[in-house]
Amino acid sequence: MAHVILRDITKRFGSVVAVDKLNLEIARGECISFLGPSGCGKTTTLRMLAGFEDLDEGEILVGDRVISSSFKNYYLPPEKRDFGMVFQAFAVWPHLSVFDNVAFPLQIRGLSRSEIREKTTTALKYAGLLDAKDDYPNALSGGQKQRIALARSISFNPTVMLLDEPLSNLDPKMREVMRFEIKELQKRFNFTIIYVTHDQAEAMALSDRIVVMDFGALVQQDDTPVNVYLKPANKFVFGFIGLSNFLEVEVVEKQIYLKGAREAGPVTAVVPPHAPGHPPTLACRPGEIDLVPDGGVRGVVARRVLLGDIIDYRVTVGATEVRVQRNVRKPVFREGDPCGLAFSALHWYDETGARVSG
Amino acid sequence: MTGTDRKFGLAELLLLFSVLVLVVVVAVPILLIIWNAFVVDGGLNIAGVAQVLSQPDVFQAVVNSLVIAAAVTVLSTILGVFFAWLVSRTDLPFKETMKLLFLVPFMLPSFIGAIAWKILLSPRAGLINKGLMSLFGTEQALFNIYSLTGIIAVESMYLFPFVFIQVSGALERMDPTLEESARISGAGLLTITRRITLPLMLPSIAAGALLVALYSLAHFGVPAVLGTEAGIFNIPTLIYQKIYASGGRFEAIRAGTILSSILVIAAALILYSQNRILTAGRFQVIAGKSVRPMLLKLRGLKYPLLALSVLYIAVTVLLPTVTIFLVALLRTYGLSFALENMTLHNFTYILFTMKLTRDAIWNSFYLSLAAALVTMLVGTLISYVIVKMRVRGKFLLEFLGLLPFSVPGTVIALGVILMWSGKFGVNLYNTAWIIFVAYIARYMAFALKSTSAALEQVGDSLEEAARACGASHWQAMKDVVLPLIKPGMVAAFFLIFLPALRELTTSVLLYGPTTRTIGVAIYALNEDGETVYAAALSAVALIIIVIGQWVIKQVTGTTKIAGGGS
Repeated sequence: MAHVILRDITKRFGSVVAVDKLNLEIARGECISFLGPSGCGKTTTLRMLAGFEDLDEGEILVGDRVISSSFKNYYLPPEKRDFGMVFQAFAVWPHLSVFDNVAFPLQIRGLSRSEIREKTTTALKYAGLLDAKDDYPNALSGGQKQRIALARSISFNPTVMLLDEPLSNLDPKMREVMRFEIKELQKRFNFTIIYVTHDQAEAMALSDRIVVMDFGALVQQDDTPVNVYLKPANKFVFGFIGLSNFLEVEVVEKQIYLKGAREAGPVTAVVPPHAPGHPPTLACRPGEIDLVPDGGVRGVVARRVLLGDIIDYRVTVGATEVRVQRNVRKPVFREGDPCGLAFSALHWYDETGARVSG
Repeated sequence: MTGTDRKFGLAELLLLFSVLVLVVVVAVPILLIIWNAFVVDGGLNIAGVAQVLSQPDVFQAVVNSLVIAAAVTVLSTILGVFFAWLVSRTDLPFKETMKLLFLVPFMLPSFIGAIAWKILLSPRAGLINKGLMSLFGTEQALFNIYSLTGIIAVESMYLFPFVFIQVSGALERMDPTLEESARISGAGLLTITRRITLPLMLPSIAAGALLVALYSLAHFGVPAVLGTEAGIFNIPTLIYQKIYASGGRFEAIRAGTILSSILVIAAALILYSQNRILTAGRFQVIAGKSVRPMLLKLRGLKYPLLALSVLYIAVTVLLPTVTIFLVALLRTYGLSFALENMTLHNFTYILFTMKLTRDAIWNSFYLSLAAALVTMLVGTLISYVIVKMRVRGKFLLEFLGLLPFSVPGTVIALGVILMWSGKFGVNLYNTAWIIFVAYIARYMAFALKSTSAALEQVGDSLEEAARACGASHWQAMKDVVLPLIKPGMVAAFFLIFLPALRELTTSVLLYGPTTRTIGVAIYALNEDGETVYAAALSAVALIIIVIGQWVIKQVTGTTKIAGGGS
């Protein structure tokens, strides 16, 4: 059963349509991520959910209750929505101790002193902050500050948690730790998470479902993380998730060649359906191309960069440059070496960018 | 580069020069004041100090200064915080315009404001009082501006922008998600204002309030214009009174030094607490993503509050300014503002005929120009040493650099009198030079503030990159640092030039027969009952200030208000 429903929600800032008729249903207890480039409208959508922005069109429901509606011009104020929210810049109050930060929502709700103490302590415990409860936030690290914000937002047991790029201001190691902790908190408190991020790894790690958005919060794909990664619905999603090669090809005698490089040899014999004279674009991840000394599509190593556990190659085939990533322990090619490209896991997209099953 | 092993290089030379300037211009005069106040015949003389302080008029002046400062601080803080909140946290219409308008009282020299209010509200001849008395048919004036209340009200009108600037700036820099997170936690706007916004603004409010206190405590202009008539003196006006009544007798100077010492100590305490508040790290509010802050919808109160704001500006800025200009056009003071009573003669007379005013305009111009130029250049140098150079003994300069901020104009005047009246071989008394030296001391703080802020914007790596490209220290300074801090230097120049042009507090203790300044001339004309000429010269000063503000905006591209310190 849907817990949160967005119906045709639209938001304009002047002539810019930030969110364009977005429709979405989110199940209770689900963790859904809005993933997209900066400025695509994902944060605006979240702020409309929170009640900080009015809607130009559409309505938002939680359960069967309307909380925002442009038709009725009704907006439940943010403070009445009972949502938890965590912001990118932490937004913990520097003049209050850790304890008072976390107790604030409970004090506002008029709970008794003993209840406040109990619930705050519980939230602090699960956020790993019990030892720091009397400290002031500015004495703590970024990770700790974000823990305060998390504890504060779970202290009153909200059913919906809004997370606005909560890990972007943290260093990479802390980010990984916190991803895990957010997931743990969700398991324990069983709230619905709506998570905004531009970091695909974060979205993959946390979500039950990822909504990939382009500008205008236009939904490009709404699917499980595995499907988003393995079957990107269109060129935009393929390009946004992970590294990508987009290669122009030509079809000759039921064989596919890189464009203008027939002498290099065929890429594959599997020809996807296409209009005559309009071959689809080949998309392929650099990690799913292997380098072989003999055979394959013949090219020359133009550039080679060591990235730690992998080596990043740029191989030129005719006028085309192909990016390849291989494990550092595999045999190494040097710049200038001839080599062969062995493709696997090919994806095809037509001129509109849509996926071609093949 | 060979400089690393030298014992005495450019850095040390610059440091020495900077220290020397601050010692001669600021430190020694202050020390002389303290010395003269507490030391008599080589021995500490606490009994003498107590005896002076227990004189009724001295004691009363100290009390008055404290009462005025306390009341002005409270009133200015309320006004400043309220208007700052109104323009930055509500949906008040025409906010940007209102914000600029609230800064205008800062430009208006407060003693000119006081003269205007005297014209409007003096008990017998005040225009408003006369109007109200004939309206109600009473003989009793409704308002008496010659009172502590009058002084407090007029000072607050022109000092509240100190708080307004601090608080509206802090509200704008504050990360809006701090308020949003309170809102999503369930708090309404009133609760957020009370429990989140106001506490977070507290350091800025306190900083602004302390500036007002510092300024009001040592303020000369308004009490001089409005208090003297009713026998109300504060510390600066009593110092002036004593020194002028006695013609510079030793007892008067000594009483002056004791009163000045009180001002210095109070100022040091105020600045110390301000520093403590501002550096208390736990209040730092770092701005995050720039999301527009939540605005309180005023709904029905929208236009009443706009009207209130406009009315406030109209009463505190427009009314006094119009009064000054109208009176400046009158043939004789006391006539009605009918067209047949109007003339431009007052203006032509003070600009082209009257020696007193012609001298004053000329003196103010060249003194301000010279002081602004020299102070700006020396201030840049000192800031450069403080901000950019690594040199032993810098702490001394850092300490001396704080002094100009804490020394009120009256104290500086007394200090330079003690130093440059021949006791130490140089007698500048009654010359323009003594005012020039005093202006440098008085405005050094402005130069240091503006140029050090500019220098802090220039990352060390920029200069280091120039050095790495082969530029010498001097070339790096000339080709990289100077062009980058030029706007700061230009701003510093105008921030000194404009207030100096209408300076009163310091000049009034230092002027000689031929070295009156515009401020002194306006004050003297007003005291002598030449109200129309005082108004005309005030009008000229206001026109110059407006033109100056326009020039600043053209040159620096931003609206910087040159105010404070008349």
